[in-house]
Amino acid sequence: MRVPLKLVTIVAEPVLEEQLTNLLRRLGARGFTVTESRGEGSRGMRASEVPGQGVRIESVVSEAVADRILEQVARQYFTNYAVIAFVSEVEVVRGEKYV
Amino acid sequence: MGEILRQNLLSPIALSFALGIVAKLVRSEFQLPKDMYTALSIYLLFALGLKGGVELAHSSMAQIAAPAGVTLLLGCITPLTTYVVLRRLGRFSESDSAGIAAHYGSVSAVTYIAALAFTKGMGAEPEGFMPTLLTLLESPGIHIALAIGAMKTAAPDRNMKHVLHEVLTARTMVLLVGGLLVGFLMGEKNWQAIEPFYDSKGPVFKGALTLFILEMGIVAGSRLGDLKKVGPFLLGFGMVMPLLHGALGAWLGHVAGLSVGGCTVLATMAASASYIAAPPAVRVTLPEANPTYYLTSSLAITFPFNILIGIPVYFQISRWLHG
Repeated sequence: MRVPLKLVTIVAEPVLEEQLTNLLRRLGARGFTVTESRGEGSRGMRASEVPGQGVRIESVVSEAVADRILEQVARQYFTNYAVIAFVSEVEVVRGEKYV
Repeated sequence: MGEILRQNLLSPIALSFALGIVAKLVRSEFQLPKDMYTALSIYLLFALGLKGGVELAHSSMAQIAAPAGVTLLLGCITPLTTYVVLRRLGRFSESDSAGIAAHYGSVSAVTYIAALAFTKGMGAEPEGFMPTLLTLLESPGIHIALAIGAMKTAAPDRNMKHVLHEVLTARTMVLLVGGLLVGFLMGEKNWQAIEPFYDSKGPVFKGALTLFILEMGIVAGSRLGDLKKVGPFLLGFGMVMPLLHGALGAWLGHVAGLSVGGCTVLATMAASASYIAAPPAVRVTLPEANPTYYLTSSLAITFPFNILIGIPVYFQISRWLHG
């Protein structure tokens, strides 16, 4: 009953929220969840310098979509923005809902 | 001049601002709740717009045309002077120069309100259509600077249309322009019913302003630590550039026939740097520009400078221009 899928998580500066969620939709994600977040990373507090909290965007997708998302996020945003992205294994019911 | 400076430094605005900075310096965890800060800024901006709209209904096109013209001119000049000074004299990168220029080309509504309060306190009431000028100055500077940045740095995906939409629909613009329209349409009689709540000379507005400024002091104070990172050039720039833009604004205001109060407020607008509308717009369009530079110079240097020292200086320049 449980289907293995991928959970893509992107943590980014708040100004990127709209661009990133558009990107997810365009690359085939059927839905996503955005939460406000706080934190610090290799760029120090630089990420949160422009006022507003960080965003954590999560989406359950197929492996192919997950690969596309990671590739695009890396290409477009890793150089200039405080962004991390990773993929983890998840198991869901109603697997057809996500792909 | 000394007396005017002293009076300004002992005003509730300057003192509340200083308290905010001190609270941050002693590492107090105190800050205004985020929602209250948002609510206060909505109230202040809407109040400005409403009152401006009511006054606009009393003004003729002939009265506004020249001041509006010089305001737009300022909106075009200030990003260019900022860019050139930073690029040529400061040796900043193209993106950094354009990013900072977007901030100095736009206007800080809080600094504007402080100038309004100051001139009224000095008995030099500015023209009623000043909020209209404020809305005119909000956006051109940001776009000119971002356009320079986009031309100079050939990076893909500069979403200028997106930025235009963001800047024009930001809280400041919607409340100011919307308030102007509402005020303009409702007329004097309806205004009188809500005036005690919204009037910028009334106790509600003045009290709310001190709370808001207190929070701004905290925000500015939290950036003071970054002063070390930006170097002496930007430190000097953050104080000298406002004086130059302020003097230019006062002079252009004088040429356009504004009163001493009007000149002071226009000068302050020209001298101020945006730190609400500009940062996200710059971050999205010019990602290579270092946020530490533009945020620290506008928020931790120019903003306090204008609130504490700049406004009385622009007032003095305006008085001098008027003989």
